[in-house]
Amino acid sequence: MNRFDRIVTPVVLFVALIALAGCGNNKKNRPLPLDETAPAVSAPATAPTAQITATPTLVMKGDQVQLNWRTSDANTVSIDGIGEVPTTGVRTVTPTESTSYHLVAKGDGGTVEATTRVTVNLPPAVVVPTTTMSAEQEAKAGIQDAFFDYDTYDIRGDAQTTLSRDASFLVSHPELKVVIGGYCDERGSSEYNLALGQSRADAAKTALVTAGVAAARIRVISYGKEKPFCAESTEECWQLNRRAGFTLDR
Amino acid sequence: MKALLRRYFSVLTALAICAAVPAAAQDWIHTGSNLGSERIRIAAADFKPVSNDPQAPALKAAFDATLYSDLAYAGIFDLVSKSLAPQATPGSPQEVNLAQWSDAPSGAAMVAFGAVSVNKGRLAVQGWLDDTRNTANPQVLGKVYSEEATQDAARAIAHRFADEIVLRLGGGINGIAETKIYFVSSRSGSKEIWAMDYDGQNQHAVTHLGQISISPRISPDNSRLAFAALDDRGWSIRIFSLDLNRLVSFPAGTAGGSNLSPAWSGDGGKIAFSSSRSGDSAIWVADASGANLHRVTNFAGPDVAPTWNPKTNLQIAWAGGRSGEPQIYTMDQDGANVQRLTDSGYAVSPSWSPSGQFLTFSWNRKYGPGAPGGQDIYVMDIASKRWLQLTHDAGSNDYPSWAPDSRHIVFQREIGKHIEIWSMLADGTEQHQLTQTGNNSMPNWSWQ
Repeated sequence: MNRFDRIVTPVVLFVALIALAGCGNNKKNRPLPLDETAPAVSAPATAPTAQITATPTLVMKGDQVQLNWRTSDANTVSIDGIGEVPTTGVRTVTPTESTSYHLVAKGDGGTVEATTRVTVNLPPAVVVPTTTMSAEQEAKAGIQDAFFDYDTYDIRGDAQTTLSRDASFLVSHPELKVVIGGYCDERGSSEYNLALGQSRADAAKTALVTAGVAAARIRVISYGKEKPFCAESTEECWQLNRRAGFTLDR
Repeated sequence: MKALLRRYFSVLTALAICAAVPAAAQDWIHTGSNLGSERIRIAAADFKPVSNDPQAPALKAAFDATLYSDLAYAGIFDLVSKSLAPQATPGSPQEVNLAQWSDAPSGAAMVAFGAVSVNKGRLAVQGWLDDTRNTANPQVLGKVYSEEATQDAARAIAHRFADEIVLRLGGGINGIAETKIYFVSSRSGSKEIWAMDYDGQNQHAVTHLGQISISPRISPDNSRLAFAALDDRGWSIRIFSLDLNRLVSFPAGTAGGSNLSPAWSGDGGKIAFSSSRSGDSAIWVADASGANLHRVTNFAGPDVAPTWNPKTNLQIAWAGGRSGEPQIYTMDQDGANVQRLTDSGYAVSPSWSPSGQFLTFSWNRKYGPGAPGGQDIYVMDIASKRWLQLTHDAGSNDYPSWAPDSRHIVFQREIGKHIEIWSMLADGTEQHQLTQTGNNSMPNWSWQ
């Protein structure tokens, strides 16, 4: 990576993050509107700027969130619920409920505010494993396995439809990571079938990535004919075993 | 090394003779088992017990049975059956009556005989091989062995004596009675790597990983075992040191994607394997240390099961799926000069003969949904692409692996979802089932 990329990439990511978090009013590189009540007459003083972000903006109760803020031309900076803070800084918080972090920066040129909101999902009243189950059940309902023809790893029409739906589900559930298992029917050589299973799972991954799912969220493992879904020597069973099968990656 | 060169030279000479014979029918291929002259008619006398130790009869019986079956299965002898052989048990060259062995019905040109004794926990065997028609100077071989008195030692001594006889009478090619076969067995619950003697004796587990471990390949010096294992991150190539009795590092085999089907070069310096780490299954090569990893093939589709030409270490054969169903290909070790060897069907699991001339592989020539025909073992002459079918109408056969003498092949046979390991001569005769317990698959014959 050259130096230009090193600087620009984080900035671009930063902007994207804010946009995702719905904090458009704090977009970087755009001068913030002056508070109309500020004494605009004290001419030489520059109006302060402020921005604050939270990472991530969607957490489970008990998870940590990193707050990042930066101001310019401010003398005192405070965040509601935290108190006075340095003009630029990082703070890790553990919100117990959905919280708006409201930052006020005061300077000679006026006062400016910035807000970021963290949404806290409350777990069900029961313990964590059940949460896992429900996430798995949701994923199971939302993500369908893709099936293949004999001795090929081409994505056929019905599999393309399935994978498009899978991709939509994954795009709308950015917290989920998945493992795609590549499976083959019992016919043919087990070593070759492991390579073929890998090609099937890779083909399914490529389809998801093309449809907008981040590649980093998908792992691929070939099971060949080592872990079949059924054991009969019938075309129905063989079809069930020729698949790219999804499981949640923990 | 010198011995190795000598061996290859003699094989080469033999094959050159064989190639000079005009080929007519499809079954033209003569592998090592019929080379040179006609099979030598040989007799194996029961050895003479020369001690009164209570262990002696059982050890002598194990020795006699092992020597007899080793010679019967060597592929170069016409062994006199027990019913035609004289009842005599000569215990020394002074006691042997050569005419008794050379006359009908025995008709042996060679006779192996000797004495077995057990004394203070030691097993001693004296063995001789005599040329029955050279009465003036009959001794071809004379050997003395001494080991701890166990069944294993009795069998091991018989193997060593048989290999001496094969080496002396079989054109200078080492016998295989002391070789091992590595394989996958699920009899303990998970697929682990197991080992056994070449005749199916002495079966024991090598790995105890509790995962799925497959595709064992023993290093040419018998010190390390490469295989593929599945954990929750996927398939990686692992190396187990038989000297240290533990896994040793092979970093090249653990990166992303599926890493499958390792193969040692004949000098033990390199390992070829299948990896999908770049997003498509391909053949990769690394030093045995894991250094100098590089990709060799660049075709769409599965590429798996590499095998080196063990004579030159310059070429690799493998099974590739770029045209649909897998076919057998060869290439130079840098990926150049790709040749397709099979024209159609479903061809996998190549193994390159130590002589360098032949590939054996598993092939279903009529493979396809609803089509008749089976997955059988074939031998192909690489230069001419002419082939010989070795198995017929018996289950589904896969993973053939050459013995170091280029005369024998071990393979797996699946009948009714039950997979066992078999061996045979390289012309398809003398098929022996070596395993009986549980599912046993993917055999790999040791290099020595």
